Amino acid sequence: MTEANKPDQKQDRGQLRIDEEECKGCGLCIEACPPKVISMNERLNHYGYRTALYAGAGCTGCGICFIACPEPGAITVYRLVRAREVEARVANAAEGGASECASN
Amino acid sequence: MPTETAAEYVVAQARARSFYERYERKEDLQHQTHFCPGCGHGVVHKMIAKAIDDLGVQDRTIMVGPVGCGVFTYYYFDVGNVQAAHGRAPAVATAMKRSRPESIVISYQGDGDLSAIGSAEILHAANRGENITVIFVNNAIYSMTGGQAAPTTLLGMKSTTTPNGRNAATDGYPLHVSELLSTLQAPAYIERVGLGDNKQIAQTARAIKRGLENQVRGLGFSLIEVLSPCPTIWKLTPVEAQHWVRDVMEKEFRLGVFCDRTKERTEKADLRPADPGSSSHPSVGTPDLRPVTPNPALEELPRILGVAEEDLPEGNAAALADNKAIDLEVRIAGFGGQGVLLFGEVLAEAGLDAGLEVSWLPSYGPEMRSGTSNCHVRLSRQSIDSPLVTAPNVLVAMNEPSLRKFDKSVRADGWVIYNGQEFPADCVRDGVHVLALPFTELADELGDKRAANMVMLGALLEIAGALPQASIDDALRRLVKNPRWVELDERALARGRELYRESLVEV
Ligand SMILES: Cc1ncc(C[n+]2csc(CCOP(=O)(O)OP(=O)(O)O)c2C)c(N)n1
Ligand code: SF4
Ligand code: SF4
Ligand code: SF4
Ligand SMILES: [Mg+2]
Repeated sequence: MTEANKPDQKQDRGQLRIDEEECKGCGLCIEACPPKVISMNERLNHYGYRTALYAGAGCTGCGICFIACPEPGAITVYRLVRAREVEARVANAAEGGASECASN
Repeated sequence: MPTETAAEYVVAQARARSFYERYERKEDLQHQTHFCPGCGHGVVHKMIAKAIDDLGVQDRTIMVGPVGCGVFTYYYFDVGNVQAAHGRAPAVATAMKRSRPESIVISYQGDGDLSAIGSAEILHAANRGENITVIFVNNAIYSMTGGQAAPTTLLGMKSTTTPNGRNAATDGYPLHVSELLSTLQAPAYIERVGLGDNKQIAQTARAIKRGLENQVRGLGFSLIEVLSPCPTIWKLTPVEAQHWVRDVMEKEFRLGVFCDRTKERTEKADLRPADPGSSSHPSVGTPDLRPVTPNPALEELPRILGVAEEDLPEGNAAALADNKAIDLEVRIAGFGGQGVLLFGEVLAEAGLDAGLEVSWLPSYGPEMRSGTSNCHVRLSRQSIDSPLVTAPNVLVAMNEPSLRKFDKSVRADGWVIYNGQEFPADCVRDGVHVLALPFTELADELGDKRAANMVMLGALLEIAGALPQASIDDALRRLVKNPRWVELDERALARGRELYRESLVEV
């Protein structure tokens, strides 16, 4: 569930993973992303769609691409949290608490 | 103590738990929805699933799906699912919510579904203030069927049924459902949102969650109308379609909250004493008008419906010889006014009285007083698979056109009871028995031509020998209220039996 980043470089606030098999290449996430860090892949996926491609850096973790995307699991957004928050979140999740809201 | 750099990435947004992991709609592509790329339905689905997750109501949510591109809700949402007939989702949702008041019921509907064929259902559900949440996906067109105009189609917009563009003079104006429903007194919350840009999308997510939350809090009817892109039928790219929502559609369908009674109702709800019975009340939204009696317990229903043991007529089941196989499939046909339907009713009611399985299916044209009418009756010891009688073993033809319409369908070794002196020679078939008599005249001799149906029924009963006379008498008394007619019909039935027996002697 979590991904570490190199501690020496300045870390992005967010990270993105796109499921190439689920993405239908509609481009709505590209349109939605404020810092414009998503583009369309030149390569076609297994089903012949061009799919969305994350630039690999610059994501703020805002989550707007996720809600603009019509596919349930094509996009996963990660957000950088400090250790103390991590603990709080783990406790929250254990209580079946709600996941973070995207609109900020 | 953790240092500044001790940070890690955690999932902030991912597939909602309220979606299935795989969609078992087809063999392949089980990881994708059936929606076209860029379809607003997918976005709305995700927002609903997220709201269900956030409110923690997955295990008590019932999704009522529509007919239209949104039809497959049951393949995606891991909740209770029902799929309603076109436009009927609010009626089905009403039943769900009232019979299971603790459930969270969502009526998911397109604009054709909700504002055309289902305009009555939504209007009355809203007017009753049902404590349900309606998610109304308005893409201004019938998408699933290839782009016919909907009541919501914009003026000038081309569709397969408005090839030159919608024209107010012939097609009326775009229907503003949210505004219309907001004139009613019962709804708790009505908002129109859009999927036209980031700001709108974020607001749509909030509104959908709010619509569900209102129901969780028992505040009454909520409807969230979502202006939603359909790139395929609009013939635009997904991004162009999104912009069209913002730049064109929104000009016709103003965004905003049209009705909000949640605050006053929250206060009312807070004032209410904690009453365990109140959970069965559909809504606290309209407490002044509604009886606050709780829903009846399941065990009480037979009594209320008048089908409790003690309410049921005695019945004459015991009189039926139990070794006799009974499988009557009767088609009765005539013109309107000849008593075709009553014939079938008496037969079916008598069968019921005798403890048989029965079905009675009337089938008549739009004409009320003229034209043809016919009905299907089945009586059997076994449970009946279909009430349709396509191959009768008895045809009762009350006139010649009816005979000609159905005579070929009669089974070998079956019977035709025909109202006419002369049985048409070209209708004679090997292996089919015929009793042809001028039943109308014979009834006239008894006192009224209109009793011909009962004379024919008497003949049928004598031929079939399937039902105890007591069952027939009881059925007749239940269905015919006028004592003069009961008396005449009894004589007519007896005469019919006699006529059949006489016909045997002649042979
Ligand atoms: C009783 C009945 N009448 C007509 C149809 C044909 N039909 C299927 S979907 C549809 C229109 C759906 O339009 P809408 O509700 O706007 O849904 P969309 O596909 O646009 O999301 C119609 C008329 C049907 N299935 N059942
Ligand atoms: S989370 Fe925000 S910043 Fe990151 S890719 Fe998505 S839209 Fe862009
Ligand atoms: S919005 Fe979703 S489906 Fe569309 S291109 Fe982006 S990831 Fe793919
Ligand atoms: S036809 Fe339109 S509404 Fe239907 S799935 Fe495709 S984009 Fe969506
Ligand atoms: Mg539609």
